[in-house]
Amino acid sequence: MRALLLKRLLQLVAVSWGVGTLTFILMRSLPGDMAYRIAASRYGMDAVDNRAADLVREELGLNHSAWSAYWQWFTDLLSWNLGNSLVSGEPVATQLWHMLGHSVVLAVAGILLSILIAIPLGLASAFKGGWLDRSLLMVSTTLRAVPVFVIGLLAIIMFALEWNLFPVAGFGTPAHLVLPALTLALSLAAISNRVVHTEARRVFGSSFFEFARMKGLSPSQTFMHHGARNIAVPVVAFLGIQLITVVEGVVMIESLFSWPGIGHGLAHAIFARDIPLIQGAALMMGVLFVVMNTLVDIACHYLDPRGGQLA
Amino acid sequence: MISSLSRTQKTGAGLLLLLVAYAIFGPMLQNGDATAQDLNHILTPPNSEFWLGTDHFGRNMWIRLADALQLSLMMAALCVLTSAVIGVTAGVLAATGGRWLDRGLDALVTMILALPGLVLVLIFAAIVPGSFWMLYVAISLIQWIEYFRVSRAITQRLTRSPEVQSSKLMGFGQWYIFRRHYWPAIAPQLFTIAAFGAANAILMMASLGFVYVGIQPPLAELGLMIVEHFPYYSDAPWLLAQPLLLLALVVLACHLMGRGRTQ
Repeated sequence: MRALLLKRLLQLVAVSWGVGTLTFILMRSLPGDMAYRIAASRYGMDAVDNRAADLVREELGLNHSAWSAYWQWFTDLLSWNLGNSLVSGEPVATQLWHMLGHSVVLAVAGILLSILIAIPLGLASAFKGGWLDRSLLMVSTTLRAVPVFVIGLLAIIMFALEWNLFPVAGFGTPAHLVLPALTLALSLAAISNRVVHTEARRVFGSSFFEFARMKGLSPSQTFMHHGARNIAVPVVAFLGIQLITVVEGVVMIESLFSWPGIGHGLAHAIFARDIPLIQGAALMMGVLFVVMNTLVDIACHYLDPRGGQLA
Repeated sequence: MISSLSRTQKTGAGLLLLLVAYAIFGPMLQNGDATAQDLNHILTPPNSEFWLGTDHFGRNMWIRLADALQLSLMMAALCVLTSAVIGVTAGVLAATGGRWLDRGLDALVTMILALPGLVLVLIFAAIVPGSFWMLYVAISLIQWIEYFRVSRAITQRLTRSPEVQSSKLMGFGQWYIFRRHYWPAIAPQLFTIAAFGAANAILMMASLGFVYVGIQPPLAELGLMIVEHFPYYSDAPWLLAQPLLLLALVVLACHLMGRGRTQ
């Protein structure tokens, strides 16, 4: 457990360093004189002259060497000074908090919905087998073959444009959440229902399960006492693996549905070359990713105290 | 080799071959090029002249789709090749080399895995927008890890096995041991990773095109085409369906190939 937490801590440091360095390279590789560009975004295009640019250069230390600039960039990062957005001028931190709320709502709704879809379907197909299993396998395979934004696009065309059930994009009312969350849930459930299925089959066919039935427990008792937890451990571990799908899905889905979360912010910041915001959004996603992974590890540890799952 | 494939894998291989043939020979069957606009013939439905119709600028969809497919397949092949070579080499070295090398590579992997792959690719794409090579570097940077882990685990198990020990005692060199012992054990595993890796590379590139950070217009790219055609979906549903279907088919073909006989 301690080794694992240490590893996660190393990951946190690595995320900060990696994102910071990459965005620093990004900053340096932009064409043109940086002082001019910053002066232009501060005082307006017309008010920029050599004097203003020099003033900015002096103030921000842009005339220093790349290494000292890198050092400066890094100390800012370590003190969580993320700077201001180049586009809106607002502090990046406040923008991030605003976006984070939306992303978390979307991610939680998507994950919950995917669990609601995957577990009953996976269990049912394991119990029944036959045509239900085969058709679910086919649907899952198809859904896995299309990228998440295609699922979203088809959902928009069907539910929003053809049947007018839900709004196409945007946010505000609960109705706006339905399509993005459904898209995320479908892309997650396409894989996780198979995992539930496989695990349930393994447990139902095991000798301890058979023994529980033999000693006279009812099917529901057997399932609750001997099935559920044994199925749960690998499934929760798999949810952890799926976190990466969640984060990547959130980036794509938010861009598609104009959901004002971090993924949408990141894509827009890249498009607008708003470097402080790119750094902030990427950093936030990385840190959240590591933290969530740690939580999943801990959850697995408690579900299955025998250990061994913590690799 | 072919007889050892399952039926699912054969279906996938057949589909993939068909797609590769289309990507390579498709453009030769129709004259014109992917960027030539013809504003008198926009949104033409498929007919005998334009087999797959034309898009909103009157560009020939048969050629554009083949071009896009070429780009996707090239990206997939390059990424798979690069990451496999780097991953296997690093994996075997980590398992057989010194302890510090193993530790160092492990730390590197931990670092890269700390960031979700797509976010890493997005940042790389931001450094040089619209660059095929930057995407290639970024995707390979993520994908080598899987090869590394598998080959490292297999090699670690084998180094302590009697057959490798006796080979060492008989004085065979590292290269011989790799070729004779490690590679035959690693190779069968690589195929599955490569198939899914190819699918992921294609999806990754399409995703970036879709959020407009990847390959830039007027180059044909599947994800980009999907965004470009979306506004015309009610006038020309077949136009939007083409890149969607093609993308799904390529990915499906790769997934089917990757399915082992365990399924």
